[in-house]
Amino acid sequence: MAWDMLPMLAVMLPVLAMVAAVPLGARGAERLTLAYAPVGLALAIGIMLVVQLGGVPIRQELGHWAPPLGIAFRADGLAAAMLLTAALIIGAIAIFARADFGTAAGAVERRHAFAFWPLLLGLWAAINLAVVANDLFTLYVALELLTFAAMPLVCLDGSRATLQAALRYLMFALLGSVLYLLGVALIYGSAGTLDIVLLAQRVRGDIPVMIAIAVMTAGLLAKTALLPLHLWLPPAHAGAPAAASAVLSALVVKGSFVLVLRLWFGVMARVPMPDAAQILAGLGAAAILLGSVAALGQARLKLLVAYSTVAQIGYLFLMFPLLAASAGEVAAKAWTGGVVQAVSHAFAKAAMFLAAGIMASRFGHDRIADLSGAGRAMPVTLLTFALAGLSLMGVPPSGGFAAKWLLLSAAIGAGQWWWALVILGGGLLTGGYVYRVLAMGLRAGDPAPEPAPVAWQRDGIALALALVSVVLGFLPLAAFGLVQIGRLDVAP
Amino acid sequence: MTGTIFGLVGAALIGIGLFGMLVRRDALLRILSFNLLGGGVFLVFGAVARRGAGAGFGGDPVPQAIILTGIVVAFAATTLAVALVLRLAAAKDRA
Amino acid sequence: MILGLVADGLLAAGILALALACVATRRAFASAALFIAYGLLLALAWARLGASDVALTEASIGAGLSGVLLLGGVRRLAGLAEPSPDAETGPLLTVLIGIGCAAVALAIGAAVLLLPDPAPSLAPQVAANLATTDLGNPVTGVLMSFRALDTLLESAVVLLAVVCVWALAPEGGWGGVAGPRQPIVRDGPLALLARVLPPLGIVIAIHILWVGADAPGGKFQAAAVLAAMWLMPWMAGLAPAPRIDARWLRLVLAAGPALFILIGLGGALAEGAFLAYPPGWAKPLILAIEIVLTASIAVALALLVMGPPEPPR
Repeated sequence: MAWDMLPMLAVMLPVLAMVAAVPLGARGAERLTLAYAPVGLALAIGIMLVVQLGGVPIRQELGHWAPPLGIAFRADGLAAAMLLTAALIIGAIAIFARADFGTAAGAVERRHAFAFWPLLLGLWAAINLAVVANDLFTLYVALELLTFAAMPLVCLDGSRATLQAALRYLMFALLGSVLYLLGVALIYGSAGTLDIVLLAQRVRGDIPVMIAIAVMTAGLLAKTALLPLHLWLPPAHAGAPAAASAVLSALVVKGSFVLVLRLWFGVMARVPMPDAAQILAGLGAAAILLGSVAALGQARLKLLVAYSTVAQIGYLFLMFPLLAASAGEVAAKAWTGGVVQAVSHAFAKAAMFLAAGIMASRFGHDRIADLSGAGRAMPVTLLTFALAGLSLMGVPPSGGFAAKWLLLSAAIGAGQWWWALVILGGGLLTGGYVYRVLAMGLRAGDPAPEPAPVAWQRDGIALALALVSVVLGFLPLAAFGLVQIGRLDVAP
Repeated sequence: MTGTIFGLVGAALIGIGLFGMLVRRDALLRILSFNLLGGGVFLVFGAVARRGAGAGFGGDPVPQAIILTGIVVAFAATTLAVALVLRLAAAKDRA
Repeated sequence: MILGLVADGLLAAGILALALACVATRRAFASAALFIAYGLLLALAWARLGASDVALTEASIGAGLSGVLLLGGVRRLAGLAEPSPDAETGPLLTVLIGIGCAAVALAIGAAVLLLPDPAPSLAPQVAANLATTDLGNPVTGVLMSFRALDTLLESAVVLLAVVCVWALAPEGGWGGVAGPRQPIVRDGPLALLARVLPPLGIVIAIHILWVGADAPGGKFQAAAVLAAMWLMPWMAGLAPAPRIDARWLRLVLAAGPALFILIGLGGALAEGAFLAYPPGWAKPLILAIEIVLTASIAVALALLVMGPPEPPR
């Protein structure tokens, strides 16, 4: 059936668009991106429907060459969820970014207007490739594509601070990629294949493989900005333009996270590593607590939101020990909880960064202490921030609540109640820094900017993303069964 | 034997490159160390390729193709890093 | 047998010595020069390992173009106002990091020694299936048929890298000529080579591309040589760098990856899988892709070394 073409199209069409964007120039590239966005969304919805209704992952062998010789694409439930998330967020950001990076008819091409669109398309292609590819080296190419697309977005404004942040990001990212590649070499030397499904069957826990996993995980943690390898994230995400920060926090760090999942619960599906998983989750817990405390003390809004990302990434790693040490219902809850956290955080954080960007451009600065009057001048924007914050805190009903509730009940079910304490503590601290911003914004202050008419292309988009993050919590739990399809660590 | 020797050389290069990246402060030297690190990783891959010789070939072609792709990608990354370093230095110059 | 071991040992010692010298030296220029020497020894190591395609690529891109890039970077950095560099890492921290890196190296070395014997390999499968591509070089077969997706994506990555480098242009430089202005060099070795070598180099590049189907060689090595043949006259001030808003330039950059993707999509329509070649059509399609891709990648590599456009002084 032609359905197996869908994942391939979801990867190749953005690549083709990115290639075509270069000769088209700034204005052509902008229009191409906006024209492709609904197509990409339709592909993602199609893949989700096929996977959900079929109950099995979509597989295609490229060139009709079967692994181990060839490369396969495998769109499972996790991939379908991430594809849809990426399509919605990137489509929204493309519309939002027209104000800053658009080119009027007949206007001369400007540098950042030319660069933004191919970078965005390349980023989309990279994320899609990272979740759909089933071959370890193809995933390496996806990581490099992701880095090359994300790094210039950080320093697109050309200021010295962002250039420094971009250089630090590039160094971390390149180190991460090369460590990942080293692991690929050792795994191929041990098992003779790079296909994840074949590796799940062949791999035993011998020393070269364990060293490979350790090295690859370290590299991927640097790219996912898990504490203590998070130092590059706050300056990079805070200095970037609002549209870029949104896509960096929402999607780029999730790409390498999906790769960690593919390693631990795909390649190493038959070799659980519960002790190592406890260490990983310990780092996650430290990220949640220390990142939230750091966010509480920030003077600038964008840095607060960036440290919030550092904290929320920690939640993602709480699922590791819960999956490694249990099976059946508890493991399913942990898996779903982690994936829902990734998805709902993506929408909430994108909305938050866009809202912060709108406020910064209206006020001319982003100092939290001087944000009073925002509620009166930009009610929609502040509402967006509040809704996104509610989801991050885990207040019902919201996607964030669903994720944290699933992780909590999995923690208690697995007998690892200490993670439950971390989740609750993290929620309180998140509430602290969200409240800080809202309280300041709701104060009637002076001098406050005049209320301006709502720009629906910007405020509306941000609000829509925040609403998605909340609406995720209204979905019945059965709808989340999608992400269970195709899990390799479940005994058939 | 050849494969193992150069595989160990690769391991040593990884250590040397990693050391350079973490310790040296000059940006260009760090980029250079990153290239040494990459070269070491490729040599480990090369050892794997040599060990997989057979079927009339002197080495397993799949890792060789991977190394080739990796060298090109690493070069592209190096150009990005150098351009960034030069731009940063020019920005400092002007400020 | 013994001679081989001696050769390997000398190469290994040379590579490690040069690498240590690269990291230890204080002056960036010396480091870059040592790096080029290291790259050439590394190419010899690849030849000893029986990976001739990799040896060619390492010599041309890993040592050649990277060396040019780093030397050029060192030179231009020296020309800019040098603010006081950050203090070097303290001695205690250096020792700790050194111990850590040594531990990592030992772990990787142990992993290499503990790899399973007999080594798993895909060589038999490649040999069995190579006939469908009508190619004689198994590495080209892997690159262009069995794992063609990675090659396609790699060409897209190189194109994206060009966009990234252009995005780093300083304000006021957009739309101008790529790279810094090169003064005209009238005599000396550079001027001589820049006049004499390019025609030879172009012929050699075409040969490398053509012969890559059945013997070591191929498009990446050919593209690197072509890029070098453009860069040399450019550095001598004899050939101009292109304007980055030139339509022809952007079309050439995009043509290779675009053709690759379109042929892949055509294979999806005709054969039911992306990048599947209809039987009997494999070699002509692969050659077509390789020729156009060589042009695109050559231009891209040259632009990457030239750098972003500068504002006119």
